[in-house]
Amino acid sequence: MQSTSDEVLIGRIANGDRLAMQVLYARHHVRVFRFVIRLVRNETTAEDLISEVFLDVWRQAGRFQGRSSVSTWMLAIARFKSLSALRRRPEEEFDEDSTAAIEDEADDPHLTLEKKDKSALIQKCLAGLSAQHREVIDLVYYHDKSVEEVAAIVGIPESTVKTRTFYARKRLAELLKAEGIERGWP
Amino acid sequence: MNAISKEPERQELEMLLPWHATGTLSRRDSDRIERALAADGELARRYALVREELAETIHLNESLGAPSARVMEKLFGAIDAEEARAPRRPPSFDLAARISEFLAGFTPRTLAWATGVAALAILVQAGVITAVVLKDDSAPVNGGPKLASVNRGSFAVVRFAPQATASEITNFLGAYKASLVEGPLKAGGGLYRIRLAEGALPPGDVGKIVHQMQEESRIVGFIAAAD
Repeated sequence: MQSTSDEVLIGRIANGDRLAMQVLYARHHVRVFRFVIRLVRNETTAEDLISEVFLDVWRQAGRFQGRSSVSTWMLAIARFKSLSALRRRPEEEFDEDSTAAIEDEADDPHLTLEKKDKSALIQKCLAGLSAQHREVIDLVYYHDKSVEEVAAIVGIPESTVKTRTFYARKRLAELLKAEGIERGWP
Repeated sequence: MNAISKEPERQELEMLLPWHATGTLSRRDSDRIERALAADGELARRYALVREELAETIHLNESLGAPSARVMEKLFGAIDAEEARAPRRPPSFDLAARISEFLAGFTPRTLAWATGVAALAILVQAGVITAVVLKDDSAPVNGGPKLASVNRGSFAVVRFAPQATASEITNFLGAYKASLVEGPLKAGGGLYRIRLAEGALPPGDVGKIVHQMQEESRIVGFIAAAD
């Protein structure tokens, strides 16, 4: 059975349909939350922000033009709100590597064992990328966004999306190398 | 098989590997990369790294959990408060949106499948519009006398192309700030009357808009200025 498309839900929300809003929320809130928490790194802030994101969707549904998918539109709103929140917290720089902020778990015997696991190390290094690099990696790998969609969400040219993703991957390789994982690239 | 000898070409393809891994590239680029992967062992090795990153990014994100129930409570609390302060107007006579919603069930392929199916789709569309018009005519009109206003403004009659999807029609009307006010017309042929502007535009301006709309042949089959 075909489910109601996001675009149809937005049309209903524009007419004040609360149930359509609930369906849209149920469908997207987890992914929007994960996108936001990866940027702001604070669960309470992320929860406050997604509430604001969906409230904006409720308010602006009537102005949705359909030039992008609904999820792309919502992620763009989420990004804008996350950056505004980060600007209010100057200790979090958006464009710097966050490796220093990653907790050193070396003293925990259980996690020391886990650290030997390549998978855990890659995830640690992914978490250690700068917010700017994290967001393109997440949009591409986790949110399945095309080059065009990432460009629309981040507000940069498509060519920049490609190079930024490339350099994010290069940075990831450097972080892995520092952790003892040599991948033979770059 | 020949490896890709030019590093710039390899780098160009390599930049696209993340999107190839997630299946979000165009068919053309995807085919290009498939051919290159088959011919270039080093590129294939690097693609394996991309797939590893993809898997770990998914694992990482899936481990982030979900927001608590308080978020939904807060959201709908805010919505309720907003509605109590300034209730929205009841659903308006938004024919385009209603057509869009109804036709959302049809894929473009279905609509373009055959002339017969397309004709049937137009008949169904016509039936739905008639039903909506009749329904709205008897409905309370708190937002104003919607149907009475169909005689004010600048108008055109249009027949949408059979392959035009519902969202394309909606976007098309939105882009021109036009609205669907009446149809199908008794003249037949799946014609609809659309309003181009709230006020009476000079004939030259109407002609210009109609000409621009006619250029969008994927959506518009026929269009002419109307009274």
